[in-house]
Amino acid sequence: MADRAFKITPLIRAGFGAVLLLLALIIAPLAALLWRAETPAVLGAADWAAVRFTLLQATLSAGISVGLAVPVARALARRRFVGRGLLITLLGAPFILPVIVAVLGLLAVFGRSGILSTVLGWVGLPPVHIYGLHGVVLAHVFFNLPLATRLILQGWLAIPAERFRLAASLDFGPRDVARVLEYPMLRSTLPGAFMVIFLICMTSFAVALALGGGPKSTTVELAIYQAFRFDFDLGRAALLAGLQFTLGAIAAGVMLRVSVPSTMGGGLDRTVERWDITAGWRDGLLLAAVALFLIVPLGMILIDGLPYVFSLPASVYAAAGRSLGVALVSMVISTGLALLLALLVVRLRRGGVLVESIGYITLAASPLVIGAGLFIVLFPLTDPVALALPVTALVNAVMSLPFALRTLVPAVREVEGTYGRLADSLAMGGWVRMRLVLWPRLRRPLGFSAGLAAALSMGDLGVIALFSDPNGATLPLQMYRLMAAYRMDQAAGAAVLLLGMSLLLFWIFDRGGRADADV
Amino acid sequence: MKTSIFAAGFCVMASVAAAETPVLTVYTYDSFVSDWGPGPAVEKAFEATCGCDLQFVGTGDGAALLARIRLEGARTKADVVLGLDTNLTATAAETDLFAPSGISAKYDLPVAWDDATFVPYDWGYFAFVYDKTKLDTPPADFKALAASDLKIVIQDPRSSTPGLGLLLWVKDAYGDEAPMIWEVLSDNIVTVTKGWSEAYGMFLEGEADMVLSYTTSPAYHLIAEQDDTKAAAPFAEGHYMQVEVAAKLAGTDQPELADKFLQFMVSDAFQSIIPTTNWMYPAITPADGLPEGFETLITPAKSLLVPADQADALRDVALAEWLTALSK
Repeated sequence: MADRAFKITPLIRAGFGAVLLLLALIIAPLAALLWRAETPAVLGAADWAAVRFTLLQATLSAGISVGLAVPVARALARRRFVGRGLLITLLGAPFILPVIVAVLGLLAVFGRSGILSTVLGWVGLPPVHIYGLHGVVLAHVFFNLPLATRLILQGWLAIPAERFRLAASLDFGPRDVARVLEYPMLRSTLPGAFMVIFLICMTSFAVALALGGGPKSTTVELAIYQAFRFDFDLGRAALLAGLQFTLGAIAAGVMLRVSVPSTMGGGLDRTVERWDITAGWRDGLLLAAVALFLIVPLGMILIDGLPYVFSLPASVYAAAGRSLGVALVSMVISTGLALLLALLVVRLRRGGVLVESIGYITLAASPLVIGAGLFIVLFPLTDPVALALPVTALVNAVMSLPFALRTLVPAVREVEGTYGRLADSLAMGGWVRMRLVLWPRLRRPLGFSAGLAAALSMGDLGVIALFSDPNGATLPLQMYRLMAAYRMDQAAGAAVLLLGMSLLLFWIFDRGGRADADV
Repeated sequence: MKTSIFAAGFCVMASVAAAETPVLTVYTYDSFVSDWGPGPAVEKAFEATCGCDLQFVGTGDGAALLARIRLEGARTKADVVLGLDTNLTATAAETDLFAPSGISAKYDLPVAWDDATFVPYDWGYFAFVYDKTKLDTPPADFKALAASDLKIVIQDPRSSTPGLGLLLWVKDAYGDEAPMIWEVLSDNIVTVTKGWSEAYGMFLEGEADMVLSYTTSPAYHLIAEQDDTKAAAPFAEGHYMQVEVAAKLAGTDQPELADKFLQFMVSDAFQSIIPTTNWMYPAITPADGLPEGFETLITPAKSLLVPADQADALRDVALAEWLTALSK
């Protein structure tokens, strides 16, 4: 491959521009906070306890989510059944729910007076005790198992149909298929999926506190929150946020190093048919269990909110409109940045790991610190409140970038690895290469990334709480306002509206990306 | 050419319009400005008399509000800040960003008020709210609560105003015994949430028998939902108060309007909006009295409030004790 000279094309230049933008968004807020800090900060024993708890719960949550996701993704990849598409779409739902709604939904099932405790009560057993480390992990698995499944499923779907055909003609059993086709794919997919979920769980705060049962479950993000609003110690907030970043960066670096890119070789993009599948009841049982775990809490949320969806105050619908706008802008930015970065990562090879890590550690960013830092940066220049929606769209885009990268980098690597040399020898570059080589093969991951970015942006409260303009509330903010005004029923209705819109957005783009496929 | 004339004319008109209607910027917490809070009605009532444009800017809660003002410093656009409470006023006063109000009024507060800078506009008592249909006899004090097997959900003092209120409630009532009270309470606490909404939502879903809220919370259910099943449990130790205040910024470019707003704030027009939008007691009872339903609320035997100048030091001690007791 040494003969492929590295050329600085406009796309590569734009990729470097994207890296600079990311670095600015990460470093500027921290620097601004440190600059405004009045006293030098030190970390105490409580902070280190928070770091330990954060790492423990994030490792457990990510490990269990990914571990469970492998058999689920495999079952989804090799089974065809009625409602499969719907189930895959619904897998996106827990992840985009506002935290508070998801917690209430989970408690309706696993809480003291939830369904599970009630059923246990019938047979004379004590109620389940959900609060503690196991509760935190359960909630994080609820949020992230579906995401892990989707990420790993992308890997399965990327194995060309011809490989399975060949495997069948060689009379491979399930074990051989696993060894020759599936393990190499998992080896390249799992570390990334683990890392993304680890980073998400690292910044968890409200979930960890509510289900952790008390201050034992203090995460770094809560310590940042305390430093900022309880002590107004900006230096300590910045220091903790910096520590969170460093941990995130280390995690990202380690995982990307562990990950071995696989090249399956090209295919003709045929529909995958499988001949290696024997007894189906195990897959069926597993899928049923996962569907139950995800759908029952979602069902409880729907039951709570559905009666109020169509009688919400007009201002809630107006907020929904604003959120839709933010989501679409955010989606364009996120997908664009991710494509540029993915091309750069694949082209840079060694340096690519560094670029990719930068793309991921935005997940370890504290929304509070980004918000406060941007506020300090923007305040002397302009009215931050007037920029609330654009800033929200940008920050949301950067926050959903890692998921887009996670999907696009392996896909671009696959395409370049398989068709790159052929395209080079045909002197295909720039736009032609994009249109004829990349686009047809990136449609599916691009659609998925775009859908996820839009859906995430709908549901994310992000920085808007700090900037909020009374007349420019987004849907999640409006939902929180309803709750703060005791209107829990209407808030439940707003949550269902939010969920419905997010899923619809996700479905449209995800579907659009695989219009020609039957999966 | 035409466009530049238009532009010139537009600028003149715009500056005339700006000169005619001065803007008063009031920073407050988010739930004050929401459609369901007092904000919209207050804006309408004040703009009817002031010949100005009242603009609310909402930001998080009271503590976030103070953080925002401190971030902006002397260059802040705010003319008035509304929504700090007595736990924050000492810190706020130290910033030297606020000016004396010059307001004196006959407040209906359970405590004497003689702060020259901060003007109270409403107040309430923290209390544990429960469902009368599920709980016949609520505990009469913290010790009875700790001895019972009732489950409560509270808020984290590090991220929530009511959570901080409970911390100071226990500390003020029990002093050096406070750590012991937290230790015996710890098995009653189902969980600790980030904010009031999570905790109250969990209570309504049946996750806990009681939730830390306000004595006025049952009034919402009674008046807005015709639901009389919720009540606050009176505690023998007395109840900790929250007094919400506003103040004028020293650097305001609208000092007269700001004074006018603070004066309006203690008038009937403002005070009568508070009870059924902010669900708190008005600082001065309106001429028409409190809305029907408020008479059903409990009246604590004793009102507790740590003086503003001691709140800062006490909360750090109390927080350390709380963390130690609940981390065991």
